[in-house]
Amino acid sequence: MAGGIWVVGEVDGAGALTKLSREAATAGRALGEASGREILGVVVADEPDAAAASLADFLPNVLAVRAAEAAGRAAAAVVASRVAALAAAADASPAYFLLGATPDGRDTAGMLSARLGIGVLANATSLAWESATGVVPDGPRVEVQPWGGRIQTRSGFTADAGIILLRPNMVAAAPLAARGRVADGPSGSVSDVPVVRVVERVVVESPGPSVEEARVIVSGGRGVGGPGGFVALTELAGLLGGAVGATRAAVDAGWAPYAIQIGQTGKTVKPALYLGFGVSGAIQHKVGMQTSDTIVAVNSDPDAPIAEFADLFVIGDQAAVVAALTAALRARAG
Amino acid sequence: MRIVVLLKPVPDPGEERLGDDGRLDRSVSAVINGNDEYVLEAALKLVEAHGGDVTLLSMAPDNLTDPIRKALAMGATRALLVSDPALAGSCAWSTTQVLAAALRTLEFDLVLAGDDTSDGGAGVVAAGVAALLGLPYLSRAQRIEPVDGGIRVERLSPTGHDVLEAVLPALVVGTQLLGEPRYPTLRGIMGARSKEIAIRTLAEIGLGDGAVGGARATTALLEALPPSPRNAGRIVREPDPTVAAAAIVGFLVERRAI
Repeated sequence: MAGGIWVVGEVDGAGALTKLSREAATAGRALGEASGREILGVVVADEPDAAAASLADFLPNVLAVRAAEAAGRAAAAVVASRVAALAAAADASPAYFLLGATPDGRDTAGMLSARLGIGVLANATSLAWESATGVVPDGPRVEVQPWGGRIQTRSGFTADAGIILLRPNMVAAAPLAARGRVADGPSGSVSDVPVVRVVERVVVESPGPSVEEARVIVSGGRGVGGPGGFVALTELAGLLGGAVGATRAAVDAGWAPYAIQIGQTGKTVKPALYLGFGVSGAIQHKVGMQTSDTIVAVNSDPDAPIAEFADLFVIGDQAAVVAALTAALRARAG
Repeated sequence: MRIVVLLKPVPDPGEERLGDDGRLDRSVSAVINGNDEYVLEAALKLVEAHGGDVTLLSMAPDNLTDPIRKALAMGATRALLVSDPALAGSCAWSTTQVLAAALRTLEFDLVLAGDDTSDGGAGVVAAGVAALLGLPYLSRAQRIEPVDGGIRVERLSPTGHDVLEAVLPALVVGTQLLGEPRYPTLRGIMGARSKEIAIRTLAEIGLGDGAVGGARATTALLEALPPSPRNAGRIVREPDPTVAAAAIVGFLVERRAI
């Protein structure tokens, strides 16, 4: 029988299934229906039950693997080792693995690829099952927008096997009408993984919607002028139900944390709405946000590069416009 | 401490394009991948503080030595470049095999790699290298410091950072937060001319059996399209911020964005 599709669920710091894993499960289910392949969810953690139960809202069958060695350890190596061992031992061995394109997802995918000798297609913005063409057999076709969205590519695997990393918001998570079943995977401890101990977990901010998952991003650049400008942007983002983003210049100035930096050495985002204030739109920032559905920019410099790719470009004092826009949205909300 | 830095020459960001063969055109001017410069800087600081040397390891066409020469000018000790015509069109899996095989020919305490690359961006190669070599793997580093017999890394998490520890040898993947890379000095540039860039073929690192490279790619590009064109933007030149804000609200309502 042709190999199945496994969705590897990611567990957050509190033991819950991540939002992106729900989306991956929904995308995996669609792939399973289109291909007729079996689909299975897998959660590997020291306490996998809560996340496995959540994954079963989206998939008919889920395996909860209680990995004692995951306690106090960096997760990816443990997850990759367990999933590779399960795949080797499975009656119906998997052909494809779906994970979220998160730091842990990428780490796990790299290790699984090396262990299983199969390829990886990362940062999928679209996914479909298609019949054989040229050098690729029947299988998933993955659309990606590399180079900051200056190109759109469609790729496949040259064998009937591969790992796919999904971008956030590729699909909306849709639960099953009747929830699936959770079975316990093999437990015990595995010792083939080099030890990386977690000595301490330092929490410095509350986990809001990440800038990569947000539907609306209010972003600030050097033109914001200082940390006070980001306080104003945070208020505006709150009114829009969005997240705050920043350019490298604003992060380097210490006005915003690296976690929200958008661009070449920061995050790549694709929100429905991007609002940029005092953002010039230099190439290093542009490659991280130019595939946003709608781009609005406010800048006092009429020659700012962002004018060339914004849908609406307002020439004006960004601080005054932020204040007026915040007031207008507050009035609208009544 | 003997450190190997995985360094990728990439097209200047914004200049990437596909060649007629559907592969990344590597004839455009190349630079050091942005994230790799941060880990190189971290490596140079580590050996300045604790002794040792820095070896660069790259896989690239052998005409792309400018970025490697720059990294030598910044202070790296030597470079190993794996270059072979069979590697054109390699996938991430092949790259992983090649870097792991090349590392097997080197002696090291620590391998450093940048978070991801601007031309490929999958960010999966370093993790695969660690898995193949059985090395402890510590990614998303904002800080790297040696501790007795090992390494301590602050790894970015969604809510802050985790403090990780492992024994050496280990592989660490670093981010921009490691610190601004230095510029090469004139003395560094002069000195780099006499430093060695050892070029090795696949056979010379034990992979001459055709098991890796473009012909064994695990993925295939089927189609490449320019992005859907953006309609020409609207420009508002309005000195009164209240009127400008009203124009933005009107636009967002029209776009059904709010």
